[in-house]
Order: sequence, then structure tokens, then C-alpha cells
Amino acid sequence: MHAIFILWLRELKKYTRSRAQIVASLGQPLLYLLVLGFGLGPVFQQAGNGSYLQFVAPGVIGMTVLFTSVFSGIALLFDRQFGFLKETLVAPVPRIRIMIGRTLGGATVAILQGTLIFVVCMIAGFRPVNLASIPLGFVFMALIAVVFAALGTAIGSGLQDMQGFQLIMNFLVLPIFFLSGALYPLHNLPKALAAVTRIDPLSYGVDGLRGALTGRLMVFSTTTDLLALLLIAVGLLLLGAWRFSKIEI
Amino acid sequence: MIRVQNLVKKFADFTAVNDISFDVPKGEIFAFLGPNGAGKTTTIKMLTTLLPPTSGRLELNRLDPTRQANAVRQQFGIVFQDPSLDGDLTAAENLELHGVLYHVPRKVRHERAEMLLKLFELWDRKDTLVKKFSGGMKRRLEIARGFLHTPKILFLDEPTLGLDPQSRNQLWTHVRRLNETEQVTVFLTTHYMEEADRVAHRIAVIDHGKIVAIGTSQELRQRTNTESLEDAFLSLTGTTIRDETANSSDQLRQMVQMWRR
Repeated sequence: MHAIFILWLRELKKYTRSRAQIVASLGQPLLYLLVLGFGLGPVFQQAGNGSYLQFVAPGVIGMTVLFTSVFSGIALLFDRQFGFLKETLVAPVPRIRIMIGRTLGGATVAILQGTLIFVVCMIAGFRPVNLASIPLGFVFMALIAVVFAALGTAIGSGLQDMQGFQLIMNFLVLPIFFLSGALYPLHNLPKALAAVTRIDPLSYGVDGLRGALTGRLMVFSTTTDLLALLLIAVGLLLLGAWRFSKIEI
Repeated sequence: MIRVQNLVKKFADFTAVNDISFDVPKGEIFAFLGPNGAGKTTTIKMLTTLLPPTSGRLELNRLDPTRQANAVRQQFGIVFQDPSLDGDLTAAENLELHGVLYHVPRKVRHERAEMLLKLFELWDRKDTLVKKFSGGMKRRLEIARGFLHTPKILFLDEPTLGLDPQSRNQLWTHVRRLNETEQVTVFLTTHYMEEADRVAHRIAVIDHGKIVAIGTSQELRQRTNTESLEDAFLSLTGTTIRDETANSSDQLRQMVQMWRR
């Protein structure tokens, strides 16, 4: 337990110490929120879907949690390069605990970052309809964070260099974001596209988050979203733990 | 304390360690001396549970690293060839994290951290982020960390690479003192002859994955009929230059160095 806690604490300390990085990481979500939020607003309104800002805010929060948590797993690459990974791997602690500590730490940081964006969305004019369902929103944020921190760990365990990192960003993380329904509603899509969005874990996360915060334009039911995310989380945690146990220095 | 019998490690078509055997008794400072790519680091990785051997027997304090990995890990401290500190944490936090991972009780952890930081002259910098430390300070901190959980064996893989003579001298003074006061067995690799000569009780010369000679510095010189350990070493391993290829880690490290400036 102590080992899990100290590694979790390490992730948090690293996060709170990188102030410049926190500010920098707000840039992209802000761009989506403000430029798309106000830019696409009129078209969205005319299509009869209501306010685009209300629609996109949960998507932007989901995106923030996605990027932050995947990145925390991929940060394994840096720990490998700077050698700190070795220090944890020769310690008399089962690897599964090291993996859990790191992953929970990464997920916590992602939730904090998501909360920050939530506040920014509120400032920009986003209003959750039902205050009582905000805790449910945080449950979804946490689930997204755990799912993608575990995915990041699974990927990060095998990464050897920066080129691999670019590949993952462009061919995995960005598609997960664009196919999730964060930016556009998943209704009436071409069949092929609709099928792909169904296997994207973030679709369920954003759908659940949007349902909890705005109560509108949901594709699945809250129960489906919760179950799907829980199942994926367990699967990816197992995959991440297995991949982490295979790391060779 | 350390017993190695007929140890072999093969990577695909390349034999890194080829049937080596040796014993290191408790309290000894034992040096592995060899040119680049001789198999020094691979041997250390196998002894420290980071790599499974292809064949052969290993024993650390009567425990088997391949089967009792966690019990073995509690027995040793290690200073790697390249840094393994977390630069975003302070010196004290790096030690605290290590102490927790090695199950050192809180009170002992704090007492030993203070004692070691003072010994290695880092006490007044304990709350500085490690990324602001010089190379020599980082090395000292790593060695202090290696001693934190009172290990029975300390592995030092080329610990003085890139340090100035003052830091090297100070580092060995501390290692020798702790070797005497805490009866720690020290297993080190180096390719600085004079260090092995000065610090180690016994030296094994390793080349192409095989131990070519083992004994005290004096014995090695007598055996090869040479004046200095350096001549003995060259007479044992020849004068060809070994080139190592840089791997992706080295490249990335260079790149990150560039970003930081």
C-alpha cells in the first residue's frame, strides 16, 4: 500500500510543480472551446440542436482527461530514458503495485486537469443543467481517466523512442478524440463511421459526461455508458499490468 | 555473499556473458574490470534481477535472483551506469521514495537519510530539485540512496564516469568508509585502472564475456609480468579498440538535452 501511495504522490507532485505545463496544456482545450464553440455556434443552432457551447463543453472536458491520462502513461518513456524506471523496477515491490500507483497517479492528475477545464468552461458560459448530477459527471471523468491512463501504461511499456510517441498520438489518440462525439453528435452518421464510434471507449465517456452535465443529445443510456467504461477499464488495466510486467531494461 | 556458477547470457546470435564463475565473500570490495562491451553491465543486470540468465546459477546472500526476485532486491543497493534519479523531486524526496519502496520504517528512514545526506555533503541542498544538481552531486545522491536501506551488497556500475578527480576521490573515500563501518560487500565495474587498483580487494578482468584473470592487483601484475595494473590489463585483453553503437536511449537523451538549453 505504501508503495502505491508514494508513487501516486510522486505523480501529483510532478504535476503541481510544472506550472508552465499546466498553463500550456490549457491552450488546446481553450482553442476548441472558444474557436469551435463560438465559430460553429450559429450553424449548430440553425440545425436545431441548441447551443454548441453547451454541446461541446463536455467533449472538451473529455478530451482534456483523455490527453492528460494517455500522456501520463506515455511518460513511462521519459522515466525509461532518464533512468528512474530502473529505480522502481529493482525495488522489492511487486510490479503490479508500481503499475497501479503510477496509473492511479496519472488518472488523478487527469481528473484535476479536467476539473480545471470544467471551471474554464463555466467561465466561458457553459451551464450544467442539474447541479445534483455533477457528481455523476465526475464519476465519468474518473472512468475516462482510468481507462486511458491504463491504455497509456500499456503503450508506454513498449515505447522505446520519441518517433513511436508521435505515431501513437497521430494514429491512436487523435482518432479516439475525433471519433468520440466530443465535437459533433453521433446521430445519423454514415454506417461505417457509426460502427467505428461504437468501439471508441471515449464515445461512452463523452456520452455519459454530456448526459450528466447537460441531459441532452445522448446516444446511449447512462447505464450502458457506465458498464461499457467499467468493462473497458478492467480490460485495459489487465493489459497494462501485463505489459508493464514484461518491461526489460 | 555473491556466488556465480557457469553463468551464460545470450541475445539472439550474440553471447554477452560466456560461462563465468566467481565468488565474492562478505565485506569484500570486488571489481569487474573490462573494455566496453565485455559483459560487465549484463552480469550486473542478471545479478540484480533485471535480466534472466540463459543458463547457470546465481546466488546473492543464499537467495536465487531468478526465483526469489523480491527477497533478493531487498538485499542489495545499486548505482546504475546512467542516472536513475527523479529530477522533478528534491534530494530528500528521492530518498524518501526509495525508503518507502524498500520498506524502511519511517523513523529509520529519516535518520538514515539525514546521516547519509550529511556524509555525502548534500544536507544543505536536501530541498533542492535534483534537476538543478551537478553531475557529481547526482552521483553522490545516488550512492547515498543505494545505502539507505542498509543493503548487504552494493552494486556500482561505473559510478565515476564523467566525474572530476575531486568527486571521484571523495566518492571512493565514502564507499570505503561505509564498506568498513557497515560491512557492505561492494561489487563495482569500472574501466579506470587506478580506481580498481586503489579501492578493490580483488579484481576480475573480463573480456568478450569471459573472465580472463582474477586476483588482487598484485597477483595480476605478477601473473602478467608487468609493472602496473594498466599494463597487466592490456596484456590480458589486447590493444584492439571496442566500439559500441549508440542506442535509441542515447539519441533521445541527446535530443532532450538540446531542448533543455
